[in-house]
Amino acid sequence: MRRLVYLLPVAVFGVLALFFVRGLTLNPRDIPSVLIDKPVPEMNLAPLPGRPADSGLATADLKGRVSMVNIFGSWCIACVQEHPVLNWIKGQGIVSIHGIDWRDDPAEGAKWLRRNGDPYERVGADPPPGRTAVDFGVTGAPETFIVDKQGVIRYKHIGPVTPEAWEKILLPIIRELEQK
Amino acid sequence: MRLLALFAAAWLGLAMPALAAEPSEMLKDPALEKRAHALGKDLRCLVCQSESIEDSNADLARDLRIIVRERISAGDSDDQVMKFVVDRYGDYVLLNPPFKATTLVLWVGPFVLFVVGLAVVWRVYGRRAARAATIAPAPLSADEKRRLDALLKDGAGK
Amino acid sequence: MIAEIGHFALILALAVAVVQSLVPLAGAQRGDAAWMAVAGPASMAQFLFVGVAFAALTHAYMVSDFSVLNVAQNSHTDKPMLYKVTGVWGNHEGSLLLWITILALFGAAVTAFGRNLPPGLKARALSIQAMVSVGFLLFILLTSNPFERLDPAPFNGQGLNPLLQDPGLAFHPPFLYLGYVGFSMAFSFAIAALIEGRVDPAWARWVRPWTLAAWIFLTCGIVLGSWWAYYELGWGGWWYWDPVENASFMPWLAGTALLHSAVVVEKRDALKSWTILLAIVTFGLSLLGTFLVRSGVITSVHAFASDPGRGVFILGLLTVVVGGSFMLYAVRAPSLKVGGLFAPISREGALLLNNVLMATGAGTVLLGTLYPLFADALDLGKVSVGPPFFNSVFLPLMVPMVLAMAIGPLLAWKRGDLPGVLSRLKLAVALSAAVAAATWVLQGGSAGPWWAAGGMGLATWLFLGTLAEFAERVRLFRSPAQALGRALALPRAAWGMTLAHAGLAIFIAGMTASSAWKEEKVQTMKVGDTVEVSGYAFTLAAVRDVEGPNYLATEGTFEVRTGGELFATVTPEKRTYRQPPRPTTEAAIVGTFLGDVYAVIGDADPQGGGWVTRLYFNPLVPWMWAGALIMVVGGVVSLSDRRHRVGAPTRARGSRPAAAKA
Repeated sequence: MRRLVYLLPVAVFGVLALFFVRGLTLNPRDIPSVLIDKPVPEMNLAPLPGRPADSGLATADLKGRVSMVNIFGSWCIACVQEHPVLNWIKGQGIVSIHGIDWRDDPAEGAKWLRRNGDPYERVGADPPPGRTAVDFGVTGAPETFIVDKQGVIRYKHIGPVTPEAWEKILLPIIRELEQK
Repeated sequence: MRLLALFAAAWLGLAMPALAAEPSEMLKDPALEKRAHALGKDLRCLVCQSESIEDSNADLARDLRIIVRERISAGDSDDQVMKFVVDRYGDYVLLNPPFKATTLVLWVGPFVLFVVGLAVVWRVYGRRAARAATIAPAPLSADEKRRLDALLKDGAGK
Repeated sequence: MIAEIGHFALILALAVAVVQSLVPLAGAQRGDAAWMAVAGPASMAQFLFVGVAFAALTHAYMVSDFSVLNVAQNSHTDKPMLYKVTGVWGNHEGSLLLWITILALFGAAVTAFGRNLPPGLKARALSIQAMVSVGFLLFILLTSNPFERLDPAPFNGQGLNPLLQDPGLAFHPPFLYLGYVGFSMAFSFAIAALIEGRVDPAWARWVRPWTLAAWIFLTCGIVLGSWWAYYELGWGGWWYWDPVENASFMPWLAGTALLHSAVVVEKRDALKSWTILLAIVTFGLSLLGTFLVRSGVITSVHAFASDPGRGVFILGLLTVVVGGSFMLYAVRAPSLKVGGLFAPISREGALLLNNVLMATGAGTVLLGTLYPLFADALDLGKVSVGPPFFNSVFLPLMVPMVLAMAIGPLLAWKRGDLPGVLSRLKLAVALSAAVAAATWVLQGGSAGPWWAAGGMGLATWLFLGTLAEFAERVRLFRSPAQALGRALALPRAAWGMTLAHAGLAIFIAGMTASSAWKEEKVQTMKVGDTVEVSGYAFTLAAVRDVEGPNYLATEGTFEVRTGGELFATVTPEKRTYRQPPRPTTEAAIVGTFLGDVYAVIGDADPQGGGWVTRLYFNPLVPWMWAGALIMVVGGVVSLSDRRHRVGAPTRARGSRPAAAKA
């Protein structure tokens, strides 16, 4: 019994070491969304300047079919990298993509879309302090949400949508949601 | 590219001078502002890791500061404001982790550790006292002698 | 060419370290004096080679040799020479090189100052030390070579983060590492003692000065870091419970416990296996800090470049060093002879209680720091553990410790008289209660935080208790005439304890006051505007642009008046560095006995209506720094005690030299 007490330090260390091994494979900055399986937040975002008056984004627009909501901004460097992928996905015609121009001057956002191509069906402006983005639990741009036919958030992708991410993660989820 | 990545992650990459809470954001009513500041101190800035939104000058922290103040001005209680933020960002945003099943070990652990420490010490005293009783008084005098030796030696050694 | 010499010197150091880790140890096991004697010259050679490597990298920084990748990434020709040199350890690779240099320095110091050490213990300890060296040298050579070349060399470097271009932070890492690595001495001696199977008062006397030296350095390092945060981050905070801060605080707590338990081993030949465990844990926590900072398993404001490959290596090293040591401990510690007996109410008992509380404190910080990782690994979701947790769990644990700290030194060894001691502290009790009550009244009752009165009372209690113990030692009240002579004749270690405990008391007062009654005003000011904070009227007299060697700055001039008289003219700056382009704030601070007058200038108001200014009065902050300094001075005084002179003590009569035993 007394000897067992002396084993305690090595036992505690062993447990710690196991956690560390696991920790090396985890990313502490990878924060899952708490909005998964929750309805899309209430929003009614104005359109970007120079675009049709009814092209803004509201909660009701996300009901009836599977859609993606992409958070972007003209200030966002990674969005430039992501944008061609979104344009390509739009060309596939599988899913409708909507945009939220976050923390941006809407005029700059519109200009940016003219320059980089516009994959969005609807774009809502969410200038600072970005209330709608906060309602979505956004921590940075780009982020992409997948919303099902009932208007419920099903998935959140953090960072640029790459062709790999589209093929391996987003597309299968969209296909599955289409079935329901 | 590798060079760039290394540089991006360079030391202190994210520590920025924390000049948060600009005067323009602050609430006119000092009592409300004080509440907002206290709440903000407990909310984590999500993009800068272990800083509170009150101490960070990141854009998102600024947005959250403004939104917290909007909620307070709209008459929300402290709990309602915190719930508002947690509903969107999860418990991760709370610098003061809530007491619940998943944080039980965190909150109770230190006190268990202390009690266990005391209990172990207590047992050791008990065991030693028992041993001292069975072989008393010889060990004490031997002990004294050793100490005396050490003391003498100390004096002589210098 | 010089970089290649540095690289080659590291490889040579590795070869020497391998020899040093094997030959003396084998010699000690076989009782072969010649083999054991290898340890001395080997430790010197290892230090020499590592020193050459360190000098080579420093040279590359001083001449801005951008063909060395590490220099190109972290330096710039415009940097002042001071920050070129301190930039050597402002990055992962260079800081590891500093780490290993200090480790080799300590090894060489054992050889230089440890002539009176029994040869067996010395040989074993130096072998253990060399094993740690081997691990870190391999780590540097395999994953983090600071001498890697860059071809073609860029025209200029990427510069050092401006936040690091500051005297406080420039010398923060060397002190921290002197502390962390210093604990490796206690560790090596502990492992050597486990191998020998013997721990006695003489052992404790050899270990104490090294531990004390490490503790002094670590305290300095932590305080420098805090001081830096206080004046550089621009809002008067000085401790954030950030994982990296915790990584340095945990070894400090464990090391402080070790310092106290080693006293019990030395004076009473008791708590032996606990002290050995603490020595392992203290160094283990130092290594753990290295792992946490460099592996990316924990997010922190100031993490190094996190690289899972490096993480795997350090984890392996940690497992070998700490896991192996604990295994050895499990096998050998039960056979250590149980030493002197004592009652729960006794000096030893008080020191043991201190140890339990310190260990619990370290455990709490460890739990809080790692809990996000635990929760994530067990799929319990992401949680954050921030300052509110530590403040509400760690600080209460320290209350009984401070209470006991005033009582413990007054208790007799073996069996103390608690009621007697308490009756001698009656005056201290009364005065502490009076201070607490006065604090409560002065802060306007519940207008201030409820704990402030407790904190001030506690500080008074510790301060008076410490003074009472000192007065009693020199019989100040019984024969005041001889008191001065007695005080001068007191062992320096006693002086050291009194100073360190009194320093902590002053620190607690400063910490309490600055957290409780800080006054802050944030506003937009135009030139000519006046704002009053805690009785100080700040007038913004001028704002101008100034140019530094590698930055541009906006400099505000404030005239501070109190009671109508000009008190000080201060010039805070907001700097924008050129490379890398980053802003920093340089607060202007004027210390007074009662607190710091603290001014910060921010951005110009976008509407053109002046500048954002932050004006503070931080009460008793100078007390914190003074208290910490007194603690360090106490440590230095204690270290100068001739009984602690390294190598001076010899083993008690009747015990044979270890080598002969084998």
